Amino acid sequence: MSTAIPGTAILDVSGLSKTFILHLREGARLPVVAGAGFEVFPGECVALGGPSGAGKSSLLKMVYGNYRVDAGSILVRDGDETIDVAGTTPRRLIRLRATTMGYVSQFLRVIPRVSALDVVAEPLIGDGVPRDEAVKTAGALLARLNLPERLWALPPATFSGGEQQRVNIARGLIAHRPLLLMDEPTASLDAANRQVVIGLIEDKKRAGVGILGIFHDAEVRDVVCDRVIDVTSFAQAA
Amino acid sequence: MSTHDQPLLIAEGLSKNYGARIGCRDVSLAVHPGEVLAVVGESGSGKSTLLGLLSTELAPTAGRVSYRLRDGDMRDLATMGAAERRLLMRTDWGFVRQNPEAGLRMAVSAGGNVGERLMAVGWRHYGKIREEALDWLGRVEIEADRIDDDPRAFSGGMRQRLQIARNLVTRPRLVFMDEPTGGLDVSVQARLLDLIRTLVAEMGLAVIIVTHDLAVARLLSHRMVVMRHGRVIETGITDQVLDDPREPYTQLLVSSVLAA
Repeated sequence: MSTAIPGTAILDVSGLSKTFILHLREGARLPVVAGAGFEVFPGECVALGGPSGAGKSSLLKMVYGNYRVDAGSILVRDGDETIDVAGTTPRRLIRLRATTMGYVSQFLRVIPRVSALDVVAEPLIGDGVPRDEAVKTAGALLARLNLPERLWALPPATFSGGEQQRVNIARGLIAHRPLLLMDEPTASLDAANRQVVIGLIEDKKRAGVGILGIFHDAEVRDVVCDRVIDVTSFAQAA
Repeated sequence: MSTHDQPLLIAEGLSKNYGARIGCRDVSLAVHPGEVLAVVGESGSGKSTLLGLLSTELAPTAGRVSYRLRDGDMRDLATMGAAERRLLMRTDWGFVRQNPEAGLRMAVSAGGNVGERLMAVGWRHYGKIREEALDWLGRVEIEADRIDDDPRAFSGGMRQRLQIARNLVTRPRLVFMDEPTGGLDVSVQARLLDLIRTLVAEMGLAVIIVTHDLAVARLLSHRMVVMRHGRVIETGITDQVLDDPREPYTQLLVSSVLAA
């Protein structure tokens, strides 16, 4: 992409519009957002705010390239390059996700037979970190998140919701990614573990990571977020 | 541009007619080293015909397939001699078939099935061949003491794992897979999928996998191609096509399964 991000933002979204067309329901149109625009800078945490159904999750998924876009641009700074998620090739987007843009989803997508420790270590191994070292880092992170050590060697399929979410957070945060997208990272956690996640997010911010997320938990949002973007205004335009 | 950014295989305008019936119509795609591409669609959509064309088992009515050899040369496969193409299939390519009887020699021992591919590439030392075969049986989780049994004594899942060992022992760069988990019990499928996923990542294989199972595509592939009536109707990153399908037919496919 030739367009560079003006200034120092890590993420620059502008004129973003999206409407789902449901072909199985006689082509019903489901507008999500129209003309959405905002920026995220390194070291800040920005929350997407607004009631359920306002399009927060959809917006986050568009930034990650999981949902497609009808109009507008999603510029992400990738080293010396600027990539438009809305217009780049699938292969370039896969590379962007591998190096620059991380995503902590709400639920862990369980992979059969893979242990919690390996699930967490995988992104680091993908970065080229030696296996032993990656697994050690994964263990330290799981310990910080209070996941009992007896669970580490087990596949997370049978874990509780809170345990799975901690594995998911560890996987999403273990490697350095300059841009992090987080969808309700603390939804099923108890108070103690919420504090741990707050600490992890603060660490990321200090490391210069830009974070865009959905934080329903007001306590967490008030502590970690620097700004809230009201998604309702984008939805109303749609 | 590093060689990694250059396609390993390129198909341009591939078509195949069976008399008046169309198997495949004007399909173009590219696969890069280390990339897993899933081809999905229902029975009769042309996905198996496409796999046959890409692997040169079928001759196209129109279009061509090019492949980058280990020396970096991009070659039109139609211009290669039969012997050269056979060598390519035995060394640089693998083909894992849905029906293991079609991909294995059923009256030859498990060790022989794996060793045969090595002999085809010039291995002669019996002890070394057996040692390598043993190593590969271990990697696909077949007990060492089954090495002299023939696959007729194996379960469906074991046969499929043996077929994978036979294909991967020569360290190919590209593997074609045609419904590799089709017809297996769900628990057996999960084990096989995990094995394929691990080996593909460890070896950096490029894979073109044909499947009607969207969960298999989700677990294994980076990119997806959706086929209907012999045409490619939608392509993209796998999670994008599955989570935000655009075409009416893809929406129907995705909505017809439980949580793919």
